[in-house]
Amino acid sequence: MSILVDKNTRVVVQGITGKEGSFHATQCKAYGTQVVAGVTPGKAGQEVEGIPVFNTVRDAVKKTQCDTSLIFVPPPFAGDAILEAADAGIQLVICITEGIPVNDMVRVKRALRNRLVRLIGPNCPGVITVDEAKIGIMPGFIHKKGVVGVVSRSGTLTYEAVHQLSTLGLGETTCVGIGGDPVNGTSFVDVLPLFEQDPETKAIVMIGEIGGDAEEKAAEFIKKNIRKPVVSFIAGITAPPGRRMGHAGAIISGGKGTASEKMKALEAAGVRVCKNPAEIGMTVKAALER
Amino acid sequence: MNVHEFQAKSLFAQFGVPVPRGKEVKTPLQAEKWARELNSPVYVVKAQIHAGGRGKAGGVKITKNQADVPGLAKELMGKTLVTHQTGPKGRKVRRLLVEEGAGIAKELYLSLLVDRDTGWPIVIASTEGGMEIEEVAAHTPEKIIKELIDPAVGFQGYNGRNVAFALGLNVIEPAVINPFVQLLGNLYRMFMDKNAAMVEINPLVITTDKKLIALDGKVSFDDNSLFKHPDVQAMRDLNEEEPLEIEATANNLNYVKLDGNIGCMVNGAGLAMATMDVIKLAGSEPANFLDVGGGATKETVAAGFRILLKDKNVKGIFINIFGGIVRCERIAHGVIEAAKEVKITVPLVVRLQGTNAEEGRTLLKDSGLKLDVADDLWEAAQKIVGMTGKKRARPTAAAGGAH
Repeated sequence: MSILVDKNTRVVVQGITGKEGSFHATQCKAYGTQVVAGVTPGKAGQEVEGIPVFNTVRDAVKKTQCDTSLIFVPPPFAGDAILEAADAGIQLVICITEGIPVNDMVRVKRALRNRLVRLIGPNCPGVITVDEAKIGIMPGFIHKKGVVGVVSRSGTLTYEAVHQLSTLGLGETTCVGIGGDPVNGTSFVDVLPLFEQDPETKAIVMIGEIGGDAEEKAAEFIKKNIRKPVVSFIAGITAPPGRRMGHAGAIISGGKGTASEKMKALEAAGVRVCKNPAEIGMTVKAALER
Repeated sequence: MNVHEFQAKSLFAQFGVPVPRGKEVKTPLQAEKWARELNSPVYVVKAQIHAGGRGKAGGVKITKNQADVPGLAKELMGKTLVTHQTGPKGRKVRRLLVEEGAGIAKELYLSLLVDRDTGWPIVIASTEGGMEIEEVAAHTPEKIIKELIDPAVGFQGYNGRNVAFALGLNVIEPAVINPFVQLLGNLYRMFMDKNAAMVEINPLVITTDKKLIALDGKVSFDDNSLFKHPDVQAMRDLNEEEPLEIEATANNLNYVKLDGNIGCMVNGAGLAMATMDVIKLAGSEPANFLDVGGGATKETVAAGFRILLKDKNVKGIFINIFGGIVRCERIAHGVIEAAKEVKITVPLVVRLQGTNAEEGRTLLKDSGLKLDVADDLWEAAQKIVGMTGKKRARPTAAAGGAH
């Protein structure tokens, strides 16, 4: 068992003939992911590392029964690409692209409302179910099959946490990067219940950062619905107000969205909050040994 | 990206949001000429800097006497204003807005932004105009009115009426209800068309002759959308930005200057923040946020070094790289090459982990460079703090174009 993706997931890569797209499609395939199709308008008939390229997602779905899309399309066209995937019947859309105009995401999110499709990202590293499917840009080799579910707003900080979990021998089930943009498809509260229901996941690591109130919402949800131990780290305790820290969504505005507020809310919900990002792995270990 | 009040107001005017007659001036002579043309019973001379709280800091002058205008302009021009948003260093005034005064009957607050919860645009309004909206929200949250706008259909009349009646405009001044609904629709159109991140009118004034007018204006734009709007890009004022941040942007680096002593260079925004946090935990303060991104090369590392070393507060440098797609041995080569070009005068700790980390660490150790190599995050942070001393930074606000 795992969440969201597994060895049967059939992936189409949108933007597969670009530099990023072709590199990562190859990497995902090498990990064992079933990358069955690619899409670049006007390039049907080509192949990328043996993966057939189609003009449209609709064609790709018809010919290959792909059910999940991985998007590397440049920012001005990424919103269009997400909607194209949804319209073609793709169930899970994972958008890696960073820098999509906020208003584009506002319209995309509205258009996806009440549809069965799930969007992960944008501006995220993707999703990996260890030893089954890597659908994203994370380095596969740092992962180790195990018992911890990871959900995070960050990329390399997630790798840091995963590295600690793997080194300690705990390993991971599925790691989900929900991305650093202010308007995104999937939030902590969407992923947490999936981990709660997954029998292989014994503990959850949740990595948040300054900006917005997704962590506070998660705290509320955890208090009511999550029985498994949750360990959390919130990045940005040293971030000044009013400044954007790299991610479009990482900004303290009007005194709201600070790391300490988020930590307080999570602690009140029974979450083990690490002050030190180097202690995420050890904290999970301690929680599981109790 | 932030713009000046006079730029915000010219956009308002373009979209049919009423503003006082006014003009940007840069000299007392220009102020004098414009005041004559304006010929108004009241003149307002306003310092143009990217920070709020100008009024309290003495950056806004009002006079009924046209002859006073050039003098007031002279007084403000070149002055350094210190407000609660500029930090203690303050901001030098280089531009002024001279406009006509308005007879104020009532001040309202109005803003538009994207609500992160729903992902929909949201109007925020209050009868408590002229005050900081954060203060109103903290002390009298019942006076904050919110209206979500469905982006699928855009602003509708009922959205405007909902806000107008919730504000009690039917009691305050019924004559402005329809103009208010229209103004809000225009403001929404501007917000969407120009890809604004936030639009704020504080105060929106009901004048003594029952008209609405935007007495102040603040607009910031979504950086991801600037490519669509050359006219907005042209409004950028580099004088309002931290010079090191401008240099970083030119090198495709994501840099924010802070006030501590330890410069850090990291790949990835989340890890960069976590690195700042771990420096504080180890007993010091970060000098900056710096994300070199996923494609760090010799050139980006060298540019990073140059920027970090230009900050006189920097007493040590901490490089923290988690190699994913970026391979650590490449970063190591980058550090070695960059160190040849840029003279590194402070202690340096490099922590490499992930793809080809061992290879990278060996390269650095054998390079003959004066640096410390680490594989663990906490160990590395303690090392750099140990080498530079546990110093606490002055508790000052960060420099830069903050609003």
